[in-house]
Amino acid sequence: MKSFANVNARDAKDAVAKLGQPNAVAVGGGSDLLGMVKEHLVEPDVLVHLKSIRKLDQVSAKAGEVQIGGLITLDTLSREPAIRSRYTVLAEAAESVGTPQIRNAGTLAGNVCQRPWCWYYRNGFPCFKAGGKQCFSITGENQFHAIFGGGPSFIVHPSDTAPALVALDAKFRVTNSDGERTIPAAEFFALPRVDAARENVLAQDEILTAVDLPAARPHTRSTYHKVLDREAWTHAVVSAAIVLEMDQQVCKSARIVLGGVAPIPWRLPKVEAMLAGKPITPELAAQAAEAALEGANPLAKNAYKVPLTKAVVRRTLLSLATKA
Amino acid sequence: MSKISRRRFVEGTGAGLVATTVPLQGQTAKAAAAVPHTTVKLTVNGTVHRLDVEDRWTLAEVLRDHLGLTGSKIGCDRGECGACTVLLDGKNVYSCSQLAVWADGRTVQTVEGLAQNGKLDPLQEAFIEHDGPQCGFCTSGQLMSAKALLNHNPHPTTDEVRAGMTGNICRCGNYNHYVESVLAAAATLAADSRRKA
Repeated sequence: MKSFANVNARDAKDAVAKLGQPNAVAVGGGSDLLGMVKEHLVEPDVLVHLKSIRKLDQVSAKAGEVQIGGLITLDTLSREPAIRSRYTVLAEAAESVGTPQIRNAGTLAGNVCQRPWCWYYRNGFPCFKAGGKQCFSITGENQFHAIFGGGPSFIVHPSDTAPALVALDAKFRVTNSDGERTIPAAEFFALPRVDAARENVLAQDEILTAVDLPAARPHTRSTYHKVLDREAWTHAVVSAAIVLEMDQQVCKSARIVLGGVAPIPWRLPKVEAMLAGKPITPELAAQAAEAALEGANPLAKNAYKVPLTKAVVRRTLLSLATKA
Repeated sequence: MSKISRRRFVEGTGAGLVATTVPLQGQTAKAAAAVPHTTVKLTVNGTVHRLDVEDRWTLAEVLRDHLGLTGSKIGCDRGECGACTVLLDGKNVYSCSQLAVWADGRTVQTVEGLAQNGKLDPLQEAFIEHDGPQCGFCTSGQLMSAKALLNHNPHPTTDEVRAGMTGNICRCGNYNHYVESVLAAAATLAADSRRKA
């Protein structure tokens, strides 16, 4: 591997100061970054190690709200009783990531901020993500690429926890040299038409330090359903993070966010509005699934994602709504 | 005739090659001094080591190349195959995807640390009994993931064993034997603890 210096951050402010050094990058669990260094996709001179920051790996509750330190490992997060019971969608999403080894090292912030896994980008093609001027998937192998929100790059956002956090209306705490700013999860992710080289609004010297979850409303249920092209150890081909607030059989409000289909977690506000105030019947779930795919724009080899996504929305919605 | 292992032989050949490139050594030493390095304390299989490591060295490289613990294998070196799996503070991780500097002050267990006082771990016994390994390259990693699994879930179901070992790929495709082995080891451990109780 290329030579670099590892510096341990004392706290978030210190990390940001250290990121001001030339050619410095932040690293949490390292699962993504070390692979990219080995592949020469990133060639840092300084690694600012964040796991040395104490107490940024914990879940704490305050006045009903829950704050999750960005450095919590995905394994710890998925087993946290408060998350499993009241924010099930997040626990299930964390549990679905990669392998036990990755979940033991990988952090929540790292999962949210990981770079895309498009095979062109990861194999050294000079694409938008690598600072180039084209997306090779448009005329190439685009089986796993975006059907929504694509252009000029057609990557899909690889994170499982990101759709869950958007569905939960989470707020992201970002530390920078001025202090801290808070960004709603939905506004944290950026479409390629905004910035084709990046997936989110973080500046080079900013780090995602914590995630705030609003108090869970009573009678809320949630789930994460992930479809893979094999049984384990890969990213979502399509996934759905769904949060329903129920009043008996009636859906008071719904949040539906798709993963694996767009360059950002893909929220479906129109479908959410369709469901509000109605009992979720098989007919309504089918209508919602149809509406979910309005505006989908598949590439040459990923049209299969349209019926697949419909089925995921319909089934996940129905099974969550009718769960005892 | 003294017994010579394949590893010793290959290492000997390597030393011969280094000797022929002596003129380059001065330059290499100068370059090495400029490479960032850090002194770390690692507790590996119960032994405390103080080591001067280059910041870029992975834990897998330090275990294999500097501590001689070659049981952990480097397969893909990308955190995909699982052959390098070790326990870091009791949890299974890919040692190729951890820097040694990040493990400073922490506890590492490798496959060499499984046997206690010359007696194989029940998992190792079960792997032999149930033909877990075929070619054997992934086996040490499989053992360490199995160890991590049984540490926090001593009575796993078949599905839990499969889920717990998804991060370890076997190119021989001997997954069913590995799962059988882990279930058998769990049963042995349960019987042992009943006897002791």
